[in-house]
Amino acid sequence: MPGYTDVICSFCGTLCDDIEVVVEDDKIVDVKHACRIGTAKFLASNDYEHRLLKPMVRKNDKLTEVDIEEAIERAAEILKDAIKPLLYGWSSTSCEAHSVGIELAEELGGVIDNTATVCHGPSVLAVHDAGYPGCTLGEVKNRADLIIYWGANPMHGHPRHLSRYSIFPRGYFRERGQQDRELVVIDVRKTDTAKIANKFIKVNYSEDYELISALRKVVNGGELREESVAGVPREEIVAMAEKMKNAQFGVLFFGMGLTQSYGRHRNIDNAICLVRDLNAHTKFVMQPMRGHYNVTGFSEVLSWQAGFPFAVDMGRGFAWYNPGETTANDLLQRGECDAALIIASDPVSHFPRKSIEHLARIPSIAIDIHPTPTTQLADVVIPSAIAGIEVEGTAYRMDAVPLRLRKVKEPPEGVLSDVEILRRILARVRDEALTVKAEVAK
Amino acid sequence: MEFTLITGRTVAQGEAMEKGKISEGFTRACAVVELDPEDMSKLGAYEGDEVKVATEAGEVVVVARKSSSPPHQGVAFMPMGPWANVIVGGDTASTGMPPFKGIKAEITLAKGERVLSAEELVAMIYTKKEE
Repeated sequence: MPGYTDVICSFCGTLCDDIEVVVEDDKIVDVKHACRIGTAKFLASNDYEHRLLKPMVRKNDKLTEVDIEEAIERAAEILKDAIKPLLYGWSSTSCEAHSVGIELAEELGGVIDNTATVCHGPSVLAVHDAGYPGCTLGEVKNRADLIIYWGANPMHGHPRHLSRYSIFPRGYFRERGQQDRELVVIDVRKTDTAKIANKFIKVNYSEDYELISALRKVVNGGELREESVAGVPREEIVAMAEKMKNAQFGVLFFGMGLTQSYGRHRNIDNAICLVRDLNAHTKFVMQPMRGHYNVTGFSEVLSWQAGFPFAVDMGRGFAWYNPGETTANDLLQRGECDAALIIASDPVSHFPRKSIEHLARIPSIAIDIHPTPTTQLADVVIPSAIAGIEVEGTAYRMDAVPLRLRKVKEPPEGVLSDVEILRRILARVRDEALTVKAEVAK
Repeated sequence: MEFTLITGRTVAQGEAMEKGKISEGFTRACAVVELDPEDMSKLGAYEGDEVKVATEAGEVVVVARKSSSPPHQGVAFMPMGPWANVIVGGDTASTGMPPFKGIKAEITLAKGERVLSAEELVAMIYTKKEE
């Protein structure tokens, strides 16, 4: 009965690297240390009833099982016939797959974007403006004595973030663990994370920017004239600013509460400035709570290969980055893309209706591990093996530390990895491009 | 009743999603709106009652649940998923990010109306190949 230790969990950006997995007859029978979601992911890999096992192509408006060659052929045809294909998803697969995908986008002259566009895309925009005072999670574990979660609820989104890196672990300079640290949660609801916090600050919905500004004013020696800002009483703001200034090592973790609310990237811009201001008094850093396990990795790989972190349009013959124009939702809503390849993501569940109305109209290819609303609307469906369980690969943790995903079991028979599927599509697209060139030359 | 709707991840949504989206568990975890208990009494809804959530973008029938993070009167929460996103608007304000949080929503009782599965919802709303 092979047991694997130090397995990386490929669910969220925390990328826990201490998972133990027991495999029997090529089925995962036990998972230790993982959270509820991670355990579900490992165990669900056995459940072939809920997996995609055969490639499918839409024929007479019905998805029909075909062999892998036909599916690859049809996928290549769709992409080749498109003027502006959108290649979207990427955050739940390995960096090796990203690399091939970016090459494919370049070959096609398409647009490539990942799920950062609907999570920390605004944070990236803010980082362009104001910089990124960050650190690794190891430093948080060993040094941080003040931990703030703003608009983030790790008890639900990143269930082991608190126990591995922020509040509970004992660190080199925080020998007593939780007793040496303070947890502050700022949110519009008293979330499950807020319930275990030393201090919860309830901010009015969509007034985060105002509260950040008020904190900056106090940190910089100003006096608040208002009785309260964003629903938070003056005394509480002053006390919070003092707490931040007096920390030895403070860290601000921020989530979708800031990036998806009114103000979007401006909220993050202001928060980065707050952290910068605090560094006049003490050591303070910040860190986005990245959702998908390899959303960070995609930005890294795209930055090496194309120079930009997300939303890159290759249609001009060079990489063009202009969020708001080249981002997936804007492209879909303007009806600009005429085909789509969706990999390791489910935009039909997670994009707003207006975007999906267009996606449903254009031919699309979905590469995924199980049936989703996106595969339901696709014209070509290609099943893939699960990176981190059935294939190896590289993934980047939310603090941009690369870790090697392990393989613990075989994929279902005939099911290929994302890398192999993309390589085959790329080869097919290239073959045809070469044939056309040769004919033109003749 | 009028609410500010926010959408986001829950641990149950994440778990159900990993087990497979074409399943009853996914509907149970995501076809839900969490309301402040006081707002629920004002609305006349009990735990498990069907309610209709309507925004400018559309409407959807989901199950009302008592929030685990009260008080947040006037704020309604839906787990991310197809049910929430068919009523999310499109304006990205040129940032690429649609407004997933802070949507004006009207919630009314819809006792007895059927909550669709993800598959049924997608089939009903998004027609394939319609120009």
